[in-house]
Amino acid sequence: MSKELVNAIADMREPEALRVAKEMVEGGSDPLAILGEAREAMGIVGQRYEEGTYFLPELILAGVMLNQIADMVKPQLAEAPDVERHGKVLIGTVEGDIHDIGKDIVVFMLDVNGFDVLDLGIDVRPEKFVEAIKDFQPQVVGLSGFLTLAFDSMKDTVEAIKKAGLRDKVKIMIGGGQISDEIRKHTGADAYGKDAMAGVSLAKEWIGAK
Amino acid sequence: MEKEWGELSPDGKQEALFQRWLSPKDPEGNDLKFQSPEAEKSYKERITRIEDAIQMKKKPDRVPVIVIPSFFAAYYNGMTPQEMMYDYDKLYEAFRKFTLDFAADAHIGATAPGPGRFFEVLDYGLYAWPGHGVSPEHSYQCNEGEYMKADEYDALIQDPSGFFSNVYLPRVFGALEPFQMLPFLPGILEIYGVAFNFIPYGLPPVQAAYKALFEAGGEALKWAGVLGAFNGEMASLGFPQLWGGFTKAPFDVIGDTLRGTKGIMLDMYRQPDKLLEAMEAITPLMIKMGVGAAQMTGQPIIFIPLHKGADGFLSDEQYKTFYWPTLRKVMLGLIEEGCVPNPAAEGGYNSRLEVVKDLPKGKTLWMIDQSDMVEVKETLGENACLLGNMSSAMLHLGTPDEVRDYAKKLIDTAGKGGGFILSNGAFFDHAKPENVKAMVDFTKEYGVYR
Repeated sequence: MSKELVNAIADMREPEALRVAKEMVEGGSDPLAILGEAREAMGIVGQRYEEGTYFLPELILAGVMLNQIADMVKPQLAEAPDVERHGKVLIGTVEGDIHDIGKDIVVFMLDVNGFDVLDLGIDVRPEKFVEAIKDFQPQVVGLSGFLTLAFDSMKDTVEAIKKAGLRDKVKIMIGGGQISDEIRKHTGADAYGKDAMAGVSLAKEWIGAK
Repeated sequence: MEKEWGELSPDGKQEALFQRWLSPKDPEGNDLKFQSPEAEKSYKERITRIEDAIQMKKKPDRVPVIVIPSFFAAYYNGMTPQEMMYDYDKLYEAFRKFTLDFAADAHIGATAPGPGRFFEVLDYGLYAWPGHGVSPEHSYQCNEGEYMKADEYDALIQDPSGFFSNVYLPRVFGALEPFQMLPFLPGILEIYGVAFNFIPYGLPPVQAAYKALFEAGGEALKWAGVLGAFNGEMASLGFPQLWGGFTKAPFDVIGDTLRGTKGIMLDMYRQPDKLLEAMEAITPLMIKMGVGAAQMTGQPIIFIPLHKGADGFLSDEQYKTFYWPTLRKVMLGLIEEGCVPNPAAEGGYNSRLEVVKDLPKGKTLWMIDQSDMVEVKETLGENACLLGNMSSAMLHLGTPDEVRDYAKKLIDTAGKGGGFILSNGAFFDHAKPENVKAMVDFTKEYGVYR
């Protein structure tokens, strides 16, 4: 296996990555194998982010490359790929806060790491989180928030989950600009992640443990 | 005989601006009347204290302390951000009580909330504000997007004003959408066909846009009058306003509200040369923005919020290639004209300290947020005055004792030898008033240099 595609993506060489992917598609390569290489590249990207050689721009470009390759490959797929999913994560930006860039990165990294992610979007009321937990039945819930008001919205959301009798069914992680352990305690969440990779590690730890 | 502005050295210009700040004028241009000799004395002492901290030539009498809130003044007064944005009397009263109750060494004016009615008249799409996209109880927030497209770099570089007038502002202000029809002004050169250029002004949509501008301008004047009166009263009571104006790092100009975060980060890979060229073109404009404001207000300190260069956003290499060079040029350009750049390193700047240290000593004021203050003092702090860094979490969730403990740590380390002003590290909305009070009162007592 030449791994030409894996390397091009992992090394952020977008024009080359797209060219190679196109050649593979036109050359009749197995679409699932192409996606597999793309996923492998994402794994390398995630590792480099954790190691501190890649930063936000590389996560964004990686995501954009992956989406373009997925679009190329989709028509070739007879049916939706039965990709193995490790577990389910529900995520959203809490009530009153409309920041989403950080959340979107976390969603992307979780998805790329094999989790089934439901993104509720921004300014999500506690009741909506509760409903979604009942329907989607995630093992992990992620609360994102950037403003100081988010501390209290996160607390309210955790309270609402508790009131609905669902607190022990999920592990809750929080993240965002001003988050710290003080705030985690204040909100009643199980943990906080200082960046996207921390969110993935927490999800892996909690879901692996189940 | 006093020297002409143009003949002064940068130091001379800075001195001249500090002198103007020390001698405020009333709206008629006469010397401002202080409400008491004590007020006048306090006013001058506070500015001198801040000046001494910034210039790093000697220690001030004590560590200055400043409170720099976002919507805290609203919550402190039991009102919503929406009320502050739509009722200017309430805005004035809230900031008045906030400023006088905490009695710090400077205030940042009542500017931050903004005039809600003005945003409505022009149909501002760049931000959601209380009652328009966010609830009345919450702060305004930016609607990130690609307001400038990936293929528009040349347009921006070749004619920034034309780009803003005819392309960008129409996307950001709904009422200015018809400005897309406005003429290309550098084409108005000759009698032959000159009238064609002016057809747009005869079209109903363009006329409607101008009518909206007239109304918006009237509202802006009204609001500015309130702010001016507020600043005047606070000065007369002994409290200087900290900032003469603000500007931005060219990377943030493009990355915040033109291309957006995703847009600029892809541009670093897909069209790095265009991005660099655009930032070079923007640099003199950002210098002009800051210098012009300082000249108008007679106050030297120019605020520069720093966003996309924080730890984690860019690698060291990317920061040194894309973010720092034009920011540094802007800061030097401000210093050249006697201004004091006041960048706020929002988020963490631990990985940037050695890079940004490359500045003339005693000419800049850095607001520090989540960086390690001890590290900062040992690097950047050798050349620059530091401002910060009581955390939002501490002010909101901590106790007065915890606040005092941290303030003591700051004064003992960052405050050593001068070159330090204590404040919160990031703009905060919610906090326990007793914590804010503890931060200010403790600094006044413990921060005295012996």
